[in-house]
Amino acid sequence: MNAMFFLLPIAVLLGGAALAAFLWALRAGQFDDLEGDGSRILFDELPSGSRRDRS
Amino acid sequence: MTYTVAADAQRDGRDPAVHAAGCAHCGARVTEGARFCCTGCAGAHELIGRLGLDAYYDQRPTRIDAPVSDAVPVDPTAFCRVDGEEASVDLVVDGLHCAACVWLIETALGRDPDMLEARLNATSRRLRLRWRGPAARAAALADLVRRLGYRVAPLVPGAAARLADDEERFLLRCLAVAGFAAANVMMLSLAVWAGGGSGATGMGPATRDLLHFVSAAIALPALLYAARPFLRSALGALRHGRSNMDVPIVIGVTLTAGISLAQAVQSGLHAYFESALMLVFFLLVGRYVERRARGRARSAASHLLSLAGSVATVETAGGALRAVTPAQLVVGDVLRLATGERLVADGILLEGTTRIDNAVVTGESSPAAVVAGDLMHAGAINMGPPVRVRISAVGESTLLAQMARLLEAAEQGRSRYVSMADRISRWYAPAIHAIALATFAFWYFGNGVDVSAAILTAVAVLIVTCPCALALAQPAVATAVVGRLARQGILVISPTALERLGAIDTVVFDKTGTLTVGKPILLDDATRSDAALEMAASLAANSRHPLARALCAAVPDVRPADGVVELPGEGLACAAVRLGSRRFCAVAEDSADDQAELWLTRPDAPPVRLAFADALRPGAREAVAALKARGIDVMLVSGDRAAAVERMAAQTGIDDRRAEVPPEGKLALVEALAARGRHVLMVGDGINDAPALAAAHASLSPGDATDVATAAADAIFQGRSLMAVVAAVDLAQRAARAMRVNLRLALIYNLVAVPVAVLGWLTPPIAAAAMSSSSLLVVLNAVRLGREEGRER
Repeated sequence: MNAMFFLLPIAVLLGGAALAAFLWALRAGQFDDLEGDGSRILFDELPSGSRRDRS
Repeated sequence: MTYTVAADAQRDGRDPAVHAAGCAHCGARVTEGARFCCTGCAGAHELIGRLGLDAYYDQRPTRIDAPVSDAVPVDPTAFCRVDGEEASVDLVVDGLHCAACVWLIETALGRDPDMLEARLNATSRRLRLRWRGPAARAAALADLVRRLGYRVAPLVPGAAARLADDEERFLLRCLAVAGFAAANVMMLSLAVWAGGGSGATGMGPATRDLLHFVSAAIALPALLYAARPFLRSALGALRHGRSNMDVPIVIGVTLTAGISLAQAVQSGLHAYFESALMLVFFLLVGRYVERRARGRARSAASHLLSLAGSVATVETAGGALRAVTPAQLVVGDVLRLATGERLVADGILLEGTTRIDNAVVTGESSPAAVVAGDLMHAGAINMGPPVRVRISAVGESTLLAQMARLLEAAEQGRSRYVSMADRISRWYAPAIHAIALATFAFWYFGNGVDVSAAILTAVAVLIVTCPCALALAQPAVATAVVGRLARQGILVISPTALERLGAIDTVVFDKTGTLTVGKPILLDDATRSDAALEMAASLAANSRHPLARALCAAVPDVRPADGVVELPGEGLACAAVRLGSRRFCAVAEDSADDQAELWLTRPDAPPVRLAFADALRPGAREAVAALKARGIDVMLVSGDRAAAVERMAAQTGIDDRRAEVPPEGKLALVEALAARGRHVLMVGDGINDAPALAAAHASLSPGDATDVATAAADAIFQGRSLMAVVAAVDLAQRAARAMRVNLRLALIYNLVAVPVAVLGWLTPPIAAAAMSSSSLLVVLNAVRLGREEGRER
């Protein structure tokens, strides 16, 4: 029984952390382009030309 | 702008290996020995090579749609935001087919050392550009994208689109909260279920109460947050004196949460928090996925809207030219209208003469001549030389706006349509409440159990009948089918479109731009020699005139001739060779044929006539035949002259046809058919079709239709083939069938579950299992429909 007083809050907090991470990602626009970003990593950046500013 | 120039030899060395069979850019069939199918491809290929981005060809499918070569350059400067030394603009790009296109455009733009951000969203097709330097650079940047073979236009931010984006994010947030809470509460509930028995291995009441209270602490705030979409919709429906599926959902969730809280407080055995949360979670998944599928269709439609013509060039008092948005135009402004450009407001031609394509306004297929002083309506395309136009009406007073009002009136009729699920919900909620009441009466009065136990059993009926599967039955099918249609290039915009499309028994086609391509196509002529045609095309390659472009499109591998002089409104000249109007080429008048034509005159050769006519859309004949084979009546209704309508009707095999029908006439015809009990599918593209599109039981528009038409249509098909109409009707009919099957499955589940609850056997694990399994069943049935395509291929 005593163990539950630690385990329950820990479980809820861990779940809450995951929820917060998801909501942050949503707000940061990471779910705006599910198709493009998925395939974007498959393309090499060409050596010449300027870098994109990703700020 | 600085470009890395790739060695030509290297580029030419790799092409034949990759594209042995077709056009070096798009892969289309070309004549023997030719490298390109059209000048657009040649231009795009040359530019890609010059930028050193040939890797593009390795990454994408070998065969793609031909690039958009008829796009008019646009100047998005008026839409730029300037922040100190930086400027930024949002554009929409059309013609993307794969991830390689995204890479190509981003990398090509990124070559500019001043470019700070070039990011193309493959889902929404929005291109965001940010660069150091003046806003006027936007024109050159947009033009680079255009020359790569894509259509590009400034993004006209619509309030509706932004609202839809916010709504989608709101649903996703609710979904996340519901998922988090459902998972955690289920974890706690499992412990209660496992240790439910008393005795040495069982869980003490204190532990159970603690777990119930923790569950309540997680579930109640989460429900308050995540059930808001349903609450809003239910309240909205009730306020209008209607009922929809969300009303029984809200009642069910509220009762489940309430009785569970009461159980927790009274140290009861059963709390149903996890059932309430899972219900909300499942429903949110269905709603979000459906929303996303439709949101994509809607954003694609609003892009087509942006692309339809959003920038006008105005002469300022000093004579300088300025690009403005249509909203910035005022009456009296003098507009420059380039060849091939669409007029965005009503105006009067100031000087000279030109020909305008009124197809979208009246449905007339051949260009009409206008002289100085004539009124031209918004939507007309200038087919002649560049002209100056004085704006006579903007906004609300244009013909376009009047048409929009007609459309609004017609649309109100259709918004009364109630979906199948909402029709069921009208009697579903009263029915289950009556059963619950009867259950209470049975136990309390009939069997003499105490009040709280009787109430608990009655509420169990409501919990188990909470319409999860019923509410998912339709969205699940709609999502699967909408996704499958989208892959075939058919974008469904209206939520109830599939149901209505599945019920149609009459198809009414518009002619110009719908049954036909809406663009001139060179007519075959046996007396014409290939040499003459090639010479004509080589001159025409230097012009953007619609007929010249049609000529180039008809001749593979055109080599533009050097030293060609264009005389706007008359023709092209290259030394002694002339290509242009009858008058320009000094050919004697002979007949009153009003077909569009060009003449080619050369020294020492008789003049050659090149006639053009609007051609049938590919698949038009097959589509009409396929619809007839399905027992669907086909009609042709056009604003065009009788002769042109007769010709097209004969070619496609449509017997029932009406010519010279005004927009009100089309509307009246559709309404008359509806009054006779017919379910009409209207297929049209013009402004004149819009009221009929809105009034019809269901409506389809081609992707290149006018914005008013796409706004009125339920769905838009991209690509040129008319077979898309048949595909849409077929799939919609099967979707409607699958929806009925799903609704039946959901009702059968209730027939089984209700007796269990009435007899008082329902426990939380049974409720949770029954709810999930019924939801899974309807979702799987829907997924089956969406996946079949894999086997078809």
